[in-house]
Amino acid sequence: MSKVPADLEYTKTHEWVRALADGTFEIGITDHAQHSLGDLVFVEVPEAGRAVKAGEPCAVVESVKAASDVYAPIAGEVTAGNPRLASEPETVNADPYGAGWLMRLRPAPGAAAAALLSPPDYQKLLHAEGD
Amino acid sequence: MAFIPHTAADVAAMLAAIGVASIEELFDEIPAALRVKSLAGIPESMNEMEIGRLMKERARADGRPLCFIGAGAYEHHIPAAVWAITTRGEFYSAYTPYQAEASQGTLQLIYEYQTMIASLTGMEVANASLYDGASAVAEASLMAVRVNRRSKSQRILVPATMHPHYRKVAVATASNQGLRFEELPYCTDEGCTPAGALARYDGEDITALVIQQPNFFGRLEDVDALTDWAHARGILVIAVVNPTSLALLKPPGEWGNKGADIAVGEGQPLGVPLSGGGPYFGFMTTRMEFVRQMPGRIAGRTLDLNGREGFTLTLQAREQHIRRARATSNICTNQGLLMTAATIYMSLMGPQGLERTAAVSHARTGELIAGLTRLKGVRAAFKGPCFHEAVVSLDRPVAPLLQALANRDILGGLDLWEYYPELGPALLVCATETKTAADIDRYIAALGECLHSVRHAPHGRPARLAQPRR
Repeated sequence: MSKVPADLEYTKTHEWVRALADGTFEIGITDHAQHSLGDLVFVEVPEAGRAVKAGEPCAVVESVKAASDVYAPIAGEVTAGNPRLASEPETVNADPYGAGWLMRLRPAPGAAAAALLSPPDYQKLLHAEGD
Repeated sequence: MAFIPHTAADVAAMLAAIGVASIEELFDEIPAALRVKSLAGIPESMNEMEIGRLMKERARADGRPLCFIGAGAYEHHIPAAVWAITTRGEFYSAYTPYQAEASQGTLQLIYEYQTMIASLTGMEVANASLYDGASAVAEASLMAVRVNRRSKSQRILVPATMHPHYRKVAVATASNQGLRFEELPYCTDEGCTPAGALARYDGEDITALVIQQPNFFGRLEDVDALTDWAHARGILVIAVVNPTSLALLKPPGEWGNKGADIAVGEGQPLGVPLSGGGPYFGFMTTRMEFVRQMPGRIAGRTLDLNGREGFTLTLQAREQHIRRARATSNICTNQGLLMTAATIYMSLMGPQGLERTAAVSHARTGELIAGLTRLKGVRAAFKGPCFHEAVVSLDRPVAPLLQALANRDILGGLDLWEYYPELGPALLVCATETKTAADIDRYIAALGECLHSVRHAPHGRPARLAQPRR
């Protein structure tokens, strides 16, 4: 059973979103996602300053079997990509909700985050997908 | 006999399973206006005997001319073992398998090919080949845009001294994806790209600079200065190189202070016959740090569960059979058979053999140019060294002379008029190790006679061989 921390919000495409104190959001992939992908061998994160639309592919997580896009949960501007992942992609497997974060995003004015799932709703989604 | 394993009943069952009435219906989404209604103009099929005879007649019409044309495709001696081994059943396929690990021999071959090509170019990593040199330049340009995230312009600087067809293919392949190719002028005295041609781009956002070495004229560019100029401005360097020349010239991995970032080229000189223009193969190498943006796949050597040596695909996750429309490239299928021939060719030649091939080709071209420029009305077009190809300027149009030479079973070179009219009548010639001193003498004597006779009889017999277009 995958971990689904209660203090985060989620997407249908298995990203998590954490609201930070400075008004930005931290984004990563869920425990379920990292487990499904298997050992990551490469993570490509966006560079700071890049503007992204909600739902836009903005990072790539790659295992030996597959390379998957990570979608921006909210429109905004990237304030940081996790620099550690360039040399230690396995951090995402080891600590998907902590040191394995992918990017931080400053939401665009009026950006809607309405489509995000609550932890129980994400649990239900995982259940429906057979996890 | 049709080699289709499905019976009408099979087809009907499959269509019923997916709820489609006919095979035609599967193509519904293609607009009617785009669909071919009939195959008008396609001749009736031929049987094996008929097609065999037709092909023999066509081959006879080609003849066996003495060839002094290079211009991107080079006639080299190919040891008989190369194609005897390449055409063995175990290797005889155009593709690398999708169930790759079941084909250990093929993976080992790719591994050895990649090791050799990376070593030859002085780069860290090679893919498993591309279609040809021209499409490799296009792929390298697209890759440079993915790699150089600092640059937003997608502007690629391309010297006019790069192969005209490579420039054309790069534009055709990549311009609809927003890339802009800007041509750098060349010095008509030296046939090279002068450092001054770059000055106007100082301070501008440029994604990559392409450098062909030797260039289309066979001349050597100042690759160190060009590479360092680009790197000082955050511009990636794409090297386009002739693999044979790398046995003598500095490999792209050592250009300038940092080395080129991506190196590509036409692999045909490595054991692939001219074959009227193809199939050939392209090669691509890069730095390890850019490997995720390189189209194609990498085979690695590893140990299996029992500690035995084995080979596996270590980089394929971004290919289209996995990543579909979002693949790094959708033309990264490699040229497996040609790559096989090249690997066997390189194995048989070894570094020394390749070096001798390059050195003899260079010497033969020197002899050819020395002889040709002793003829009245012929002079070297450019000052400075060349590899195994050079341009001579003539005192009259080239095409009638080439026709007259073709009548004597000599392919005298490539008329540059169509590509570089500013040079006036100019002929690109090449002599590889396959040309003996007697061959070269024969060509020089024939051109001397043609220069004498064509002036007086410009409308001689029609050429049996049309001017090849490469």
